[in-house]
Amino acid sequence: MEFALIATPLLLAALSALIPSNRLRPWLLPVAGVVHSVMTAFLMARPEVSAGSSWLYLDPIGRVILPLVSVLYLLCSFYAVGVLHYRHNQANRVFCVCLISFLGIMTMVLLSQHLGLMWVGIETMTLTTAPLIYFNRTPQSIEATWKYLLIGSVGIALALLGTFFLAYASLHQGIEPTLSIEGMVRNAPMLSKSWLHAAFVLLLVGYGTKMGLAPMHTWKPDAYGEAPGVVGAIFAGGVTSCAFFALLRVYHICLAAGEGAYISRLLLVVGFLSMIVAGLFMVGQRDFKRMLAYSSVEHMGILAIGLGIGGPALFGTLLHVVTNGLTKGVLFLSAGNIHRAYASKNTDQVHGAIHRLPLSGGLFLAGFLAVTGSPPFGPFVSEFSILNGAFDGGHYATGGFFLLLLLVVFIGMGATVLRVVQGRAPAAVNKSPYREGLLTTVPAVLLMMLVLALGLYIPATLTALLNDAVRFLKV
Amino acid sequence: MDNYLNGILVLVLVLNLLSLGTSRINTIIKAVSVQGALLGVIPFVVHQHLTLPAIIVAVMAIALKGVVIPLVMVHALREAQIKREIEPMIGLMPSIILGAVATAFSLLFASQLPLASEHVGKLLVPTAIATVFTGFIVLITRYKALTQVVGYLILENGIYIFGMLLIEAMPFIVELGVLLDLFVGIFVICIIANHINQAFSSMDTRRLVTLKE
Repeated sequence: MEFALIATPLLLAALSALIPSNRLRPWLLPVAGVVHSVMTAFLMARPEVSAGSSWLYLDPIGRVILPLVSVLYLLCSFYAVGVLHYRHNQANRVFCVCLISFLGIMTMVLLSQHLGLMWVGIETMTLTTAPLIYFNRTPQSIEATWKYLLIGSVGIALALLGTFFLAYASLHQGIEPTLSIEGMVRNAPMLSKSWLHAAFVLLLVGYGTKMGLAPMHTWKPDAYGEAPGVVGAIFAGGVTSCAFFALLRVYHICLAAGEGAYISRLLLVVGFLSMIVAGLFMVGQRDFKRMLAYSSVEHMGILAIGLGIGGPALFGTLLHVVTNGLTKGVLFLSAGNIHRAYASKNTDQVHGAIHRLPLSGGLFLAGFLAVTGSPPFGPFVSEFSILNGAFDGGHYATGGFFLLLLLVVFIGMGATVLRVVQGRAPAAVNKSPYREGLLTTVPAVLLMMLVLALGLYIPATLTALLNDAVRFLKV
Repeated sequence: MDNYLNGILVLVLVLNLLSLGTSRINTIIKAVSVQGALLGVIPFVVHQHLTLPAIIVAVMAIALKGVVIPLVMVHALREAQIKREIEPMIGLMPSIILGAVATAFSLLFASQLPLASEHVGKLLVPTAIATVFTGFIVLITRYKALTQVVGYLILENGIYIFGMLLIEAMPFIVELGVLLDLFVGIFVICIIANHINQAFSSMDTRRLVTLKE
């Protein structure tokens, strides 16, 4: 079953390369999305169908993140069909092949129980996503792709070195070296401490680059700014969640090794730095897509802080992966619509989105409120739970500073969002023939409803999944 | 056996300095391809009893790093019609000196590291660290897109040398995956580098400055 979950999207990607029509080919995206989510649901409901492979299976952390990625991808895939229909003259073969195979690779990362295999998956993910940024073929998008590829590759190379260091930490102590997660966690208390510390730093830098934690975030505003909105949604909700998942693996091993205090200090520093950088660059940001990129940097920072606090904040941190992923979907999809209608992403030209595009403008505003942690939306619950964890654990200064930075981000982001949403749209934009279509709005509406639902009521099954994952991490 | 290994590693270090000291991009690519092929030979020298998968991986490494990747890069270079890295951030002589200092530092640093007893006093760890440093120096101080790719390759070579210590820990399939990723990565990066050349009429990455705050 696990194997099929990875192979089906890859086969569909190969199939999409064979379809000659630019109009028909995008429909394979939702096909992949539907098949993948049905299979995921099946695997979640009946874990006994698992193939029993020791390298690929769904563990409690994967059970939290895989459904998120699957649902996000499913909704984004319909949106992508809508977008590609607007531009049916532009060749989309590479785009579709990469976007579909990306689903398979992402699944491989989330299922892999071996640090080496996971690394291969994340590196392949970098390669399949680079052409997505380059879709618009402008000089700016080349620049963004180049920065993403180079910074991403170097970061990932450091993560490989860190993985080797982890293996060496057991070799040094005379233990049979292994990179399987289970074996590493079992051997963790015996690992050489100095090699483990060095490995953690390298892996934090490496996977932190993919997550977009400051100061390794520099590719992110460029890439998110130049990529189509739907790619931004998949990046901010999918790629970053997978990179965070990789970091969670390492966190798990370090925790089992009894090194919680050492890594939590590093995570807090990187997390706060990310929030500070994001806050600074969001104030006065004119490009609303770059603003969303900084919001993603901020939320990766929140995740790192949540891990750094650990213990009582872990539940909230894992919940935040889910709520942030869904909310980023709403924001990027609606931002994509606004960008298309105005042919600009600069707030000097973009005003009055709520009149010109009532649905997308409204969703953009609601998404902003949600992502900054306003009630009654999902991120409010998860951020509140992280904050609660901080105070419960006696980290008063950490909690207070966290709250302050959330406020700075709210003000900075709010100014830009309000400039986009309010006011009067330029006359030329009002006359442009662009209309909101079903395919490009319904997915964002559904995502927004999920975000709202998670804020009002967290289903018992989700709570159980999250509690399982927390217990799994702590053992 | 150790003598052969150390001989290879000294050659690797010399190639590091060579790639820092030349402005001809063709020469750097050749230096790195020789370096990659030499690294592929190491498993044959270190282990007397190689299993079949290990031999396959080593041969693949020699073929990809020594032949295929350099060919891809030379092809990209010919399309772009450039020959030299003109005016790097720091001159060639200072680059070599920096590289030599990094190598000396790596030797000193490695002697301080807590290594497993069978690795103490061998050149594997210091060469790995020195090669990673060399990769970073090339990545940071050169401006041509293709030279930066070479820097990434040198960095990757350094990591590969460290991986030699752990041949038993890495399963066959993962090693193949790492090699394949490297190849596809270089391929994609070269394509983008060519697009940079077409869009900006130059491979100079200093022109990529439109996106900023």
